[in-house]
Amino acid sequence: MADADELERPAPQAQRPPRDWAAALETEGAGKPAATAQGDGFMGSALYEAGRTVHNKRIDGPFRRFKWAIMVITLTIYYATPWIRWDRGPYAPDQAVLVDLANRRFYMFDIEIWPHEFYFVAGLLIMAGIGLFLVTSAVGRAWCGYACPQTVWTDLFQHVDRFFDGDRNARARLDKAPWTAGKTARRLAKWAVYLAIAFWTGGAWIMYFADAPTLTREFWSGTADPIAYATVAVLTGTTFWLGGFMREQVCIYMCPWPRIQTAMLDEKSLIVTYKDWRGEQRGSLKKAAKNPDKYGDCIDCQLCVAVCPTGIDIREGQQIGCITCGLCIDACDRVMKETGRPRGLIDYATLDQCDAERAGAPARPAWKALLRPRTLIYFGVWAGIGAGLLFALGTRTHTDLTVAPDRNPPFMLLKDGSVRNAYTLRLRNMEARPRAMEVALQGLPAGAVMWTDSIGLENAAPTQTVTVRANETRVLRAYVLLPSGATASAFAFRLTAQDEQRESDTAETTFAMPGAE
Amino acid sequence: MTKRIDEPTGTEFVGHEWDGIEELNTPLPRWWLYTFYATILFAIVYVVLYPAWPLIDRATAGTLGWSSRGDLAAEMRAADAARADVVAKIAATPIEALPSDPQLMQAAVAGGAAAFKVNCVQCHGAGAAGSPGYPNLNDDDWIWGGTLTEIEYTLNHGIRWDGAAETRSNFMPAFEGSFDRAQVNALAGHVLSLSGKAKPNATGAQMFADNCAACHGAGGEGLPAVGGPALNDAIWLYGGSAAEIGKQILAPRHGVMPAWQGRLDPVTIKMLAAYVHSRGGGQAPAPAAPQPEAAKVAAK
Repeated sequence: MADADELERPAPQAQRPPRDWAAALETEGAGKPAATAQGDGFMGSALYEAGRTVHNKRIDGPFRRFKWAIMVITLTIYYATPWIRWDRGPYAPDQAVLVDLANRRFYMFDIEIWPHEFYFVAGLLIMAGIGLFLVTSAVGRAWCGYACPQTVWTDLFQHVDRFFDGDRNARARLDKAPWTAGKTARRLAKWAVYLAIAFWTGGAWIMYFADAPTLTREFWSGTADPIAYATVAVLTGTTFWLGGFMREQVCIYMCPWPRIQTAMLDEKSLIVTYKDWRGEQRGSLKKAAKNPDKYGDCIDCQLCVAVCPTGIDIREGQQIGCITCGLCIDACDRVMKETGRPRGLIDYATLDQCDAERAGAPARPAWKALLRPRTLIYFGVWAGIGAGLLFALGTRTHTDLTVAPDRNPPFMLLKDGSVRNAYTLRLRNMEARPRAMEVALQGLPAGAVMWTDSIGLENAAPTQTVTVRANETRVLRAYVLLPSGATASAFAFRLTAQDEQRESDTAETTFAMPGAE
Repeated sequence: MTKRIDEPTGTEFVGHEWDGIEELNTPLPRWWLYTFYATILFAIVYVVLYPAWPLIDRATAGTLGWSSRGDLAAEMRAADAARADVVAKIAATPIEALPSDPQLMQAAVAGGAAAFKVNCVQCHGAGAAGSPGYPNLNDDDWIWGGTLTEIEYTLNHGIRWDGAAETRSNFMPAFEGSFDRAQVNALAGHVLSLSGKAKPNATGAQMFADNCAACHGAGGEGLPAVGGPALNDAIWLYGGSAAEIGKQILAPRHGVMPAWQGRLDPVTIKMLAAYVHSRGGGQAPAPAAPQPEAAKVAAK
């Protein structure tokens, strides 16, 4: 394919000098609005731009279809997940994904995370961070272009625009049209749909934090917690405003992500780029027909600008406004096909590949850019952490014991010379059923006994059995007594569940003695 | 001023120049400016509604009358109201009946722990472990008795507290001048022998029987009814060396504890007693109800 191109047309470098910016500016400057020319005062209007609405044109193509798929998948996950039921028995909620803040539990299908296991969440966050490195170094701002909620909801709202007001030109016309009854009605209908989507979005959010059917009933009967209404109101407002009106302004002016991602890109990352050595000098088909040697492949049809959801011109090169959604690739490929020129004038490519192609190298499949040490190392670290988390998840027990010895006083000398230490024990029963658990002293001399406030000194013994309710932590204040004359320093409590699995956990601690500090 | 354009970027110059470096005009969106104005408007409204400008000794009050102290007072009232029924229940329950209601006992212990931090830690220490001269409340050694009722009585009336008629009180005579050095050593040796820390000696034993057994018991087992400390155990309020014991025989020290009746409300005192009792050394009530009495032991 590349060879055929080169036969037809002269080598890119020789015949197409870089764009003559001065000349270009002269011609472009003539068409610029008068506002810039008046901006002579410091506080003059030129320091601030009036808002402009991006009316992006509908386009079809592989990237558009990919965006459709992502939108359907992500929105379905977001709206439907809280409604999935998951049977966990009588002692735990039956919602598959639930962030139970009040009881400090996080349920995700078969996984239940307790607060002391927050390292799983920390691990997921680290994976998300490294995943960002990985994705950005490999495929640039793919997050921005496809998966970011701002992008997905903006895309959704732009489709609503298209449904009510028509495509690009019709929308632009309607924007400028006077406020007739018809326009007002259309606007109100459109905003009502915005509001409905926004409300649904805010409403779905709170379902992750409580039993969805119950909360829905409470919400509509006016008995839900005020926080639920406030959260829905805030999220409805922000979705309506950010998705319906701010749109690309969020990406360009508010979001730190584009800045961070730009810093993580390198010359080997895939970005959406316009191959100017192939496209310049731009000229219409008519002009190119008359003077084939002077003009490049770009016919300056502006379709790439028209379809852009952030309203930029990709032909100006890399810029913060480019979320790399690929719609301009769809647009340009279509035009290239219609004009009988090879596709990929605008395409995913690395900067290195651009330089190589400019120097005459053939095009290279984009996926080859993915395999390089940087992405492989990121992937290795990311996968390693993931494997570690999975291993930890698979081997964790549902029985846990932590011990905190009293520090003030560290020990207590009793009348008969025996020494008592006090400990706060936390017995965690992470099973959805009540269990009897045995607490035993390990490594203390004979005669050492323990008891708790409820068991009482008269029942003191080297082991005690207590019941811990389902899915709960039982806090015990335990006393350990060492008879007069015996000495000890380090020892351990061992917790053993009294069921068939006999899961156990050991917590090491110290025994303080008079004069031993 | 004529408009000039920076050629590489196509951006207009603002017209500012410093040493040849010029500023380009990259316009902000206008909504950004309006947001800025909105924040100024917000600030003005805030200054009118809420405390804002610092004056010499206070701040401007704001028309809403809001204050963080007011918030605190409201939260405290709400907390008091939420606790009211538990407090009423504790008030209505005799202290010896508290342990039979574990939940109520737990609430009382928690309330007592809070009151302890405010009123008691100054002498008894944050962990209630005391220090020489200030009794440890965690152990099983009770000078005046360690049942809930006895602890509550001590809290109410104090120890050797001048203002309280029913205060617990006793005085150990000073034997300065009565015993010579050898006698003091012999007596201290006998006291130590009661807990097996010294060899018994006949002189000391005889002196103990004559002078000490009335309050401390024949075997040094103590007499909580009159506040005679046990001398046959491992716990020493003023130190357990022969020298420290001798010093206490010659010139005894007498600790004082304030009477809390009237300073703290009865429920707080009840909760404090429950907390002290729960520290690990609390005693179950004796079969016969104890009769705490103020006992004064006259000097010989």
